[in-house]
Amino acid sequence: MAPLLHVDNISVSFDGFKAINGLSFEIGEAELRAIIGPNGAGKTTFMDIVTGKTRPDSGDVRWGGASGSLLKRSESQIAQLGIGRKFQKPTTFEDQTVHENLLMSLANNRNPFAVLAYRRSQQDDSRILAIAEQIKLADDLDRFAGELSHGQKQWLEIGMLLAQDPKLLLVDEPAAGMTAPEREVTVTLLKELAKTRSVVVVEHDMEFIRALGCRVTVLHEGAVLAEGSMDFVTGNQQVIDVYLGR
Amino acid sequence: MPELLQKTVLTQYLLRTPSVMIFLGVLALVCLGVTILGEGFGLGLISTSFIKTLGKTLCLCMIAIAMDLVWGFCGILSLGHFAFFALGGYMIGMWMMFARTKMIVIEAAQNNVLPPTPTEISEAVGTQIFGVVGGAEIPAVWAFADLFWVQLAFIVLVPGLLAYVFGWLAFRSRVNGVYLSILTQAMTLALSLYLLQNDSGLRGNNGLSGLQNIPGMDDVPQSTLSIIFFLVSGLALAVTYMLAMAVVGSKLGNIIRGIRDDEARVRFLGYNVESYKLFIFVLTAVIAAVAGALYYPQAGIINPTELAPIASIYLAVWVAIGGRGRIYGAVIGAAFVSLMSSYFTGGQAPDIPLGFATIVWTDWWLVLLGLSFVVVTIYAPQGLGGLIDRFATREKS
Repeated sequence: MAPLLHVDNISVSFDGFKAINGLSFEIGEAELRAIIGPNGAGKTTFMDIVTGKTRPDSGDVRWGGASGSLLKRSESQIAQLGIGRKFQKPTTFEDQTVHENLLMSLANNRNPFAVLAYRRSQQDDSRILAIAEQIKLADDLDRFAGELSHGQKQWLEIGMLLAQDPKLLLVDEPAAGMTAPEREVTVTLLKELAKTRSVVVVEHDMEFIRALGCRVTVLHEGAVLAEGSMDFVTGNQQVIDVYLGR
Repeated sequence: MPELLQKTVLTQYLLRTPSVMIFLGVLALVCLGVTILGEGFGLGLISTSFIKTLGKTLCLCMIAIAMDLVWGFCGILSLGHFAFFALGGYMIGMWMMFARTKMIVIEAAQNNVLPPTPTEISEAVGTQIFGVVGGAEIPAVWAFADLFWVQLAFIVLVPGLLAYVFGWLAFRSRVNGVYLSILTQAMTLALSLYLLQNDSGLRGNNGLSGLQNIPGMDDVPQSTLSIIFFLVSGLALAVTYMLAMAVVGSKLGNIIRGIRDDEARVRFLGYNVESYKLFIFVLTAVIAAVAGALYYPQAGIINPTELAPIASIYLAVWVAIGGRGRIYGAVIGAAFVSLMSSYFTGGQAPDIPLGFATIVWTDWWLVLLGLSFVVVTIYAPQGLGGLIDRFATREKS
């Protein structure tokens, strides 16, 4: 079976600095994958390329069984294809309520005129409620996102991704700044998500990744250094040298 | 009867949104009051010229709503919306000037032995209108000036098309923030400089004048016309207000506020941010143009200085003082500041002798405006509307 996302030998440099250097990466359907690597290994740039924010200098990114290239598409088109992204810093719309944040994310028609004519429906309300229950914010639907705690904002953002109903979720440092109990909830949430869709988690926190219990890809200087189970990569001498040893 | 009222869509909408009801109520009271106190239909306690000022103020409130939509809600600090306002004024002005001149020409030729041919009429009209810029030929842009309905459509179409083309180019290239502001400023300056030329076809720096005279309504006194224009402006403001509230209350309102706060996030949610910005930009340009088309017949004259970049900057100041991100804030800001402005610059405010210097308000008004802008920005960043909000929430709790 063809992989869901196939990143083929991409390279990109900024002002001569090679942020990504011949990186290849594949993820199948309903797979949970963690990406680790030291600062500057190209983790965020990798996500930028997949979501269309940055164009690679060379290489290709192909999506789905039909293997269409993503490189010609805009951010919004890629998002509509089914790639959702969660940023490092929780980015919710703080001036708007939890309900409004989720409503905007729901997979509905994105055309401005359709959006203008949109009428609130029972069906959408129940979808929003279901998601809010999943992210433990069902009691906070009418609160402004800006009033939520840091951890709750992270969940809200994950909820917004769920509402988009993506086939692939790219999650950048979900555990950053979370308390221990919040982390546990997040691990369960991500595992739950990966049952029905693919999830790529970029994270620094080794404990967190161990708790996810999935395949790990180690990036270093813009390329894949090692890939395998957590135990395999942590036993890899190269990985120890560049990352874990420090 | 009350049951019937409940059923209409409009009443349901008004009951759901009490703030709209309050606004429309206040506006209706103002309109009624002015009509009763004015000369045209009432007691004559308010001068016709002041009624025109009030009518113009209502039009300025309309363009302030447009500015609030595009800046306060969508985050695009446009410093060019007065270009659309003035273009709307030019479009209606062309018809008014042309149609009225033609009537005068035909009337003057009535005593001639031979009735004038269409060519003679058009030549005479051309000389009348364009003699001042040394021409007699009617420029191509006046091709439809005789057709009221076409010029009426142009009020919407010409500024709308300009906004569409400009916005499409700017947003597609992802021009943002201060760069976009500069670009809009450049657009209005370029248009103003173009119109200043005598061969632009719109009478150069003379602009269009005599617009207070409505073609075919010479018998109606200005006192009556001013009230009619005042009331039509009030109606237009009410419609604009409801339209703006409907837009910001819809899901599109959520999206544009999202674009204002975090454009990239909206993009990764799968929304084509550019088309939303374009939609709002064109919509507000059209609102501005309609406001302009109502404003200039009350002002009587329009010329290219109306498009000077400073006008659009004032607009941003009104909205900032009134409180952006709230539609009524924009209305309050525009009404308050523009009325204060006409009070201080109209020579009504008494000069203040200080001994060593005299404060002449026509000169010092801008200083006062600048100071109040600074004070509002520092002490009431939400503007006057924000103060009302704070008061209202305190009442509630």
